[in-house]
Amino acid sequence: MDTNTILIGLAGVLAAAAPVLFAVLGETITERAGIINLSMNGSILLSAMGGFAIAQLTGSLMLGFLGGMLIGALVALIVAFSSITLHQSQVAVGFVLALAGRDLSYFLGVPYMNSSGPVLQGLPIPFLKDIPVLGVLLFRQNLITYISYILIFLVWLWIFRTRPGLMLRGIGERPAAAYVRGANVNLMRYVYTIIGGAFIGLAGPAFTLNVKAGWMGTQTGLDGIGWIALSITIFGGWNPIRAAFGAYLFSFLQWLGLVLQSQLPGVPTQVLQVAPFPLMILTLLLVNISDAEWVARILATLPEGARRFTIKLLRTLRASPPASLGVPFESE
Amino acid sequence: MKKNSWINVGFQVGALVVALLITTLLLVAAGAPPLKAYASIISGAFGSSNNIENILITWSPLLLTTAGVLITFSAGLWNIGIEGQMTLGAIFATGVLRALQNTQLPPALIIILGILAGVIGGALWAALAGALKTFGGVNEIFGGLGLNFVSTALTIYLVFGPWKRPGVGSMSGTQPFDEKLWLPSLPHTELSLWALGISLLVIIAVYFMLRGTHLGLRLKAVGKNSKAAFLMGVPTWQYSMFAFLLCGAFAGLSGAIQVTSVYHRLLPNISNGYGFLGLLVAMLINYQALWAAPIAFFFAAVNIGSVQLQIQYKLDSSFAGVLQDLLVLLVLLGEGARQRFIKKG
Amino acid sequence: MDVELRDIDKTFGAVHANVGINLKVPAGTIQGLLGENGAGKSTLMKILSGFIRADAGEILLDGHPVIIHSPADAIQHGVGMLHQDPLDIPPMRVIDNFILGRKGGLTIGHAAAERDYKRLAEEFSFSIDPDSYVDALTVGERQQLEILRLIWLGAKALIFDEPTTGISAAQKVKLFTALRLLASQGKTILFVSHKLEDVEGLCSRVAVLRQGILVGEAKQPYTTKNLVEMMFGKEISVGARDPCAGDGKTNLSLRDLSVEDYRLKVQNVSLEVCCGEVIGLAGMEGSGQGLFLRSVAGLVRTVGGHIFLNDTDLTGHSYHAFKRLGAAFLPAARLEEGLATGMSLTEHIVLAEEAHGFFIDWDKGRELTRKRIADFNIHGTPASPVESLSGGNQQRALLALLREPLSLLLLEHPTRGLDIESTIYIWSKLKDRCREGTCILFISSDLEEILQYSDRVLVFFSGKVTKPLESKSLSIEKLGELIGGKGWPESTSGKSK
Repeated sequence: MDTNTILIGLAGVLAAAAPVLFAVLGETITERAGIINLSMNGSILLSAMGGFAIAQLTGSLMLGFLGGMLIGALVALIVAFSSITLHQSQVAVGFVLALAGRDLSYFLGVPYMNSSGPVLQGLPIPFLKDIPVLGVLLFRQNLITYISYILIFLVWLWIFRTRPGLMLRGIGERPAAAYVRGANVNLMRYVYTIIGGAFIGLAGPAFTLNVKAGWMGTQTGLDGIGWIALSITIFGGWNPIRAAFGAYLFSFLQWLGLVLQSQLPGVPTQVLQVAPFPLMILTLLLVNISDAEWVARILATLPEGARRFTIKLLRTLRASPPASLGVPFESE
Repeated sequence: MKKNSWINVGFQVGALVVALLITTLLLVAAGAPPLKAYASIISGAFGSSNNIENILITWSPLLLTTAGVLITFSAGLWNIGIEGQMTLGAIFATGVLRALQNTQLPPALIIILGILAGVIGGALWAALAGALKTFGGVNEIFGGLGLNFVSTALTIYLVFGPWKRPGVGSMSGTQPFDEKLWLPSLPHTELSLWALGISLLVIIAVYFMLRGTHLGLRLKAVGKNSKAAFLMGVPTWQYSMFAFLLCGAFAGLSGAIQVTSVYHRLLPNISNGYGFLGLLVAMLINYQALWAAPIAFFFAAVNIGSVQLQIQYKLDSSFAGVLQDLLVLLVLLGEGARQRFIKKG
Repeated sequence: MDVELRDIDKTFGAVHANVGINLKVPAGTIQGLLGENGAGKSTLMKILSGFIRADAGEILLDGHPVIIHSPADAIQHGVGMLHQDPLDIPPMRVIDNFILGRKGGLTIGHAAAERDYKRLAEEFSFSIDPDSYVDALTVGERQQLEILRLIWLGAKALIFDEPTTGISAAQKVKLFTALRLLASQGKTILFVSHKLEDVEGLCSRVAVLRQGILVGEAKQPYTTKNLVEMMFGKEISVGARDPCAGDGKTNLSLRDLSVEDYRLKVQNVSLEVCCGEVIGLAGMEGSGQGLFLRSVAGLVRTVGGHIFLNDTDLTGHSYHAFKRLGAAFLPAARLEEGLATGMSLTEHIVLAEEAHGFFIDWDKGRELTRKRIADFNIHGTPASPVESLSGGNQQRALLALLREPLSLLLLEHPTRGLDIESTIYIWSKLKDRCREGTCILFISSDLEEILQYSDRVLVFFSGKVTKPLESKSLSIEKLGELIGGKGWPESTSGKSK
């Protein structure tokens, strides 16, 4: 394998990660506001099918993407309504929607199966595309991939560098404190859940009009991608940059699996493809372990110095979810 | 009290009606005559003895997974990792069958050992999720999801790797076992009365356990209020762990039965979504074990009946899932609306 | 800013929390607001700060009637509130907490805010690094941050809810200096507290609430006796007390017990309790008695000392080990910790009894439940879900769950929120237990209850504990003073962090 093949492959990794990235960013925003949108797997499949169908019927890629976002937003609206207004379990409703979206996409997608539709074309950026290495890697992609790069930083900027983003974090961490500071907590939760849902909905057409063009029913190979995105959100510790790293890592490991399969037929490639998950579980363990009671008990037996050090170490590793995640808020 | 229970029934019937209304609209949108489509589902489910056998074949694993999640739900746990637990059951059962198939042991013993191994495999996988939750503070939903992926990958690895068919591995699974290692079934079908009998026994046992034993009552207390349960003397984390183990054991049993009685080999996606479907059944019956068997049967019938839609109207059989999901969704939403309604009224 | 409350009235269900309260506080005043737990102080202040709406009455600021819709609205009107547990966002940085809630553009504007923050901090001689994280600060520092924030938002009247709870002596000095400075700038300070010493030392005037009624006002100089009488009522006559039912045999023995949490340390408590004896734990909420009681139940890990129950060393053992030796703990939060919502009385009774065999004999369980319902005079049926019972019946149900016999019974607020009849009933049941040899430790904020039912009393104040006091030797006034932090000997064990 020469350098150029590897570079093109890595460019493919960046492009392939784009849809997952949208979903992960959407879920990150949603969970930052304190709502778990567990419906992602269904939401992505339904918007994948719907976006493709709309694009095929209208011939407009733009409408396809917008349609996908609308579907994602509508599913998120159901999650928001049932949890914020009806006080039902976010997990239960989200889980059912995850299944409903999937089944609905297979059911309604039959007429569009295996037919060709519009596909997003590449859009090399003049001048930038000729930069050695980086040009091939970053700037010979298509519009949706460029948007994915930009969105990572926009979402990060919004959450960590703007005043509304500051309030968003406040709402997720301690809604009562956000409320006394003037936030309409439940309205904001609706807004962020719906915007997050639109991002998740963008993931669908980003597959079917782009990286995995076309709709092939159960053979589309998208089932499970939403659960993966959910895992990456947690891996990302509710930080868009860390989450993007997770999405790229996932995409990279999948590519590596394919490459190794062709290069070394003896190696069980599934091991590599599944590597992100034990890694994710391990990360979850590390970020949560400092809260466990037995850890506290062991820590208590350590000498003062060692205890301080260990506590500090666990603290840095720790990535706590927004403290009010999944907890309804009512002002008195 | 009486008025409330009528309102409850009203909301549930309302949910059913709205769900059917939506599915009818979907059928129209898909270009199928709705009434005829429903009729074909019913005839597809009950039209022939073969169809009914298929329903019973589906019913069995669904009963087991429903029984399992009824236990974890009772303890207040969302065991979304049940798909993986079922898969591990299938893997362990296949492993034992493969290891013993060329020995002189009596086939019946090999089958029993295989099924027991499946039970253990499922329980171990659940114990992992439980330990992550209890000792690592990892939410069982996220731990379970991760373990589901690992179990799928493990299956694919085995099917294409060490356990691949002579020649080359394929998605159609491992080499089928010799017929002597099949769980005895009715002639010309995959319907094993053994499997069905065990599943029914399990759901009945779970019903009685949750309703009439100290064990069940303690699990319920842990699920309703673990602090209060602790103060009343229940060792709470041990009971959570126990719930995981038992649910995993049933899921593993379900996976082992798929291997020994239905497919006679290990397949990728051997859990076939029965774990998630079991979660749906449990939600729909509002976690009351009494209704598990009939509703699981209804779900199985819808699954089998919908195959007919595919044949007659070129519609996707996922219609079954759509109907089931919408039903559960609307019951949940209806419940939320009822609580608001009652509170205000 | 002049703050005036006119005829403020508020009821929650059956509780009349504020009864036609009138209070006028001129600008530049530090107004104290005294009262025991549940006297209606918090309700009144929540009304002023926009958390809840009064059923009737008016709020006037600088003579103009205003309607305050929300806490954010209150700040717009210049009224800010500091909560006992500061309502900030711990995982965020100090400067972000400072900025959050202030109207502004899209950008956070750290630089400008940091300038203002430093200027204000200097003015009040506070020194918290704006880049540190709030969860690394002490309660006192978090208060300081909130003060700066509210001032920056333009607060002209500031409400402090029990601000001296959980802060160090040095921080208290700093806080009082800051409050005096604020008052001298013409800001109005409402200082809600139960600590007589703090109120006397700081406030130029004080209003006292009792059972929702503003019972009196006083100006400096105060007489402590007068304040205590207003807080707890004058005409308290302690009824005849049952003598100790004990046989003198030591049942529970605590040796140099020390326990701490993130805000309090209770140190070196030694206590011998004999069978049938009742020990009352007095003190304002959060003074350390809750922590102490839970440590004696094995629910909170002790950091030093030993606990012996029936001569068995249970130090470091879990609650279940205590329970096996005949101890039981009844929490104050009945539906949060004591009973399981969604389960029936019968289910609770069966759960609490020792299990015989694998299957539950429901008929026997129901029969037992019926008997307990009759014994404890519970208004409910065996099938009643516990959440459908009234507070008094829930408390009786909790007592009905206790096994026989018990050697140690630990109770948090056994009669809180109950009517007289239920209170008497519950104590008659508890006294029955004492006659059977159970010793009881209980927490109460009702001084009458403490004096009436205890044989000896421990008073808690900011983690400090008195030696066991014979309740015969105590009066309401004496107890009230101790609870308010007055009349303590200089060298008492325990200290606030």
